[in-house]
Amino acid sequence: MTQAASPPPRVGLFVTCLVDLFRPSVGFAAVKLMEDAGCVVDAPAAQTCCGQPAYNSGDREDTRDIAKSTIEAFEDFDYVVAPSGSCAGMLKKHYPGLFHGDAVWEPRAQAFSEKVHELISFLTDVLGVTQVPATASGKATYHDSCSGLRELGIHGQPRQLIASVKGLKLAEMADADVCCGFGGTFCVKYGEISNAIVEKKAANIAASGADMLLAGDLGCLMNMAGKLKRQGSGIEVRHVAEVLAGLTDQPPIGGK
Amino acid sequence: MQITSPTFKANAHAALHDAHLQRALGNVRSGFIGKRAKAAKALPEFEQLRDNAKAIKDHVLGHLDIYLEAYEKKVEDAGGKVHWAESAAEARGIILDICRMNNARTVTKGKSMLTEEIELNDFLEASGIQPVETDLGEYIIQLRGEHPSHIIAPAIHLNKDQVEQDFRRVHTEFPTDRDLTEPQQLLSEARQVLRQKYFDADIGITGANFLIAETGTSIIVTNEGNGDLTQTLPRVHIVIASIEKVVPTLDDAAQILRLLARSATGQDMSVYTTLSTGPKRVSDPDGPDEYHVILLDNGRSAMLGTEFQDALRCIRCGACINHCPVYHSVGGHAYGWVYPGPIGAVLTPSLIGVDKAGHLPNASTFCGRCEAVCPMRIPLPKMMRHWREKEFERGLNPAVARYGLKFWLWFAKRPRLYRLTTYLAMPVMGLFGGRKRRFRFLPLAGGWVRHRDLPAPEGRTFMQQWRDRDTLKQDAHA
Repeated sequence: MTQAASPPPRVGLFVTCLVDLFRPSVGFAAVKLMEDAGCVVDAPAAQTCCGQPAYNSGDREDTRDIAKSTIEAFEDFDYVVAPSGSCAGMLKKHYPGLFHGDAVWEPRAQAFSEKVHELISFLTDVLGVTQVPATASGKATYHDSCSGLRELGIHGQPRQLIASVKGLKLAEMADADVCCGFGGTFCVKYGEISNAIVEKKAANIAASGADMLLAGDLGCLMNMAGKLKRQGSGIEVRHVAEVLAGLTDQPPIGGK
Repeated sequence: MQITSPTFKANAHAALHDAHLQRALGNVRSGFIGKRAKAAKALPEFEQLRDNAKAIKDHVLGHLDIYLEAYEKKVEDAGGKVHWAESAAEARGIILDICRMNNARTVTKGKSMLTEEIELNDFLEASGIQPVETDLGEYIIQLRGEHPSHIIAPAIHLNKDQVEQDFRRVHTEFPTDRDLTEPQQLLSEARQVLRQKYFDADIGITGANFLIAETGTSIIVTNEGNGDLTQTLPRVHIVIASIEKVVPTLDDAAQILRLLARSATGQDMSVYTTLSTGPKRVSDPDGPDEYHVILLDNGRSAMLGTEFQDALRCIRCGACINHCPVYHSVGGHAYGWVYPGPIGAVLTPSLIGVDKAGHLPNASTFCGRCEAVCPMRIPLPKMMRHWREKEFERGLNPAVARYGLKFWLWFAKRPRLYRLTTYLAMPVMGLFGGRKRRFRFLPLAGGWVRHRDLPAPEGRTFMQQWRDRDTLKQDAHA
């Protein structure tokens, strides 16, 4: 934690395009969690997308352009935080490599990447948050999104904070750490395979006995919610930040 | 074998609707993953070994010419003969010459993916020589006229009852009322059939897991002991290995061996680790009279010094395949060539061309599980992305995807216009989402809504609401 005398950390919220467009309440939950932990948060207007769709489609040049404007928009903050392991992974692990050998941009991207964190691990690992005052009811199961888990090592942090939510029990599903089949454009380009993967995931979610599914990435959440709702499941799907912030007045992702 | 990688999507469609295959693929998920995790956890130095193994192979790949020549010299010192082959055709030609010189009618074979790569069995049959696969899985798929669907478990796409039917169809010398319901009974029957074939074979062909430069030794690992019989009983032993299999010393091989079986099947070691160095010496009780090694390039040297060099560290343990959710869904044959799964998605474009294998590096969610378990720390997703870059540069990816991406980028690079458009669009889309907050149908989103609903946007974008909050704050301060 920062000492009382030092100024509060200034955090730039990289809200991510999916949260911006589809689920703003996740952005406000992120802001609330960080403000409650003593941060000053702003969301610079010049941000759009982290560039991952271009990067993973093999378009490095356009990715570099997007990366440059993202770096410029966020360079002045103490920290850059995204409510997504996938986008944070892109900013943190992949931006520097885009500028390999570039005398100006490589060090800039490196310095930027060192400030980047995924929301939940930022709360626990950087700000030292160990519990949240939120309350909820029922049983939740947590899906480990791939980039957060394998690129950023996010596994115990969300579970620790979920455990502190009064009235909420965590019911682990089988294969929580296996991909949900989203994979960005993969889910559309190879829709049938994506469907086969998310069907297995939906079966594991249902078998956990949970009445709520939580995860830290909106892409995965929309994919899993879409499958569960298509199957007629009543399981509520939410971004973990919504529950931790106690901001659950919006209907769940994909509705009830 | 016919390359079907260009029709990956259609192959995948067929695989997803193949009930037998889907049943068999359950065995991949249940059979390998837990065992590998347990074995890795039980060995405190496992992660350190991965670093060492990577370093050994990186060093070799940086000095491949030196180690291959050192290996060649040692093989020849031991009385063996090394043949260099640049292409599959050259390797086949060398093998045929050796067969002809020895008037060979039948050859036994240990499991070797490299002989799949050079399509050796079809070639030998066309030349009047009968190849006999001796690995149980390979034997089964040879009976069926198929190709391996996995690099260490070639018949993993089959169920026990399918194998029983094949044995009843082919092994007509056994009583028809025999019991073949247990795997052990199938194994025992295959052994009885194969036993005589080992004695009848004129030549034994094996692959190699390692070639040892300091001793001229080749090493294979098997669980059935079939490799031993293949290489010691016939008069001639041919080892065929790709050039990246060489390591400097026996100690190096020993370190990597500690990773191999653990990563593959979760065993501490494979049941048999067989070393062979040259032909039978005067004092040896058994062994071949002739010992040949074919060192095959077939596209590997072109990978050296490129962004794909790291893939040459691969020791063919299959861990990436065993942990791949795409492989779990479609199996190995859908990939359309010899090497399936993540390593196939990287190697296949290198070896047969990205124009033919372009789907493979794209058919990945980049979940990263392959890289997480690869004992040689091969950055598989990164290399798949490199292939996507090559495809993008050459305009090989589909036009719809290109234009869709360009359209998106045009907005993403113009934050003001992006803001304005999304401010207007999302509330409208949110409204159409209705009371259910989701879409079952949506124009231009067929790829998504065919299989799942699309959650509706809440309404006004975050950035729009954030601007309001900022304005409110400023007003309050004023």
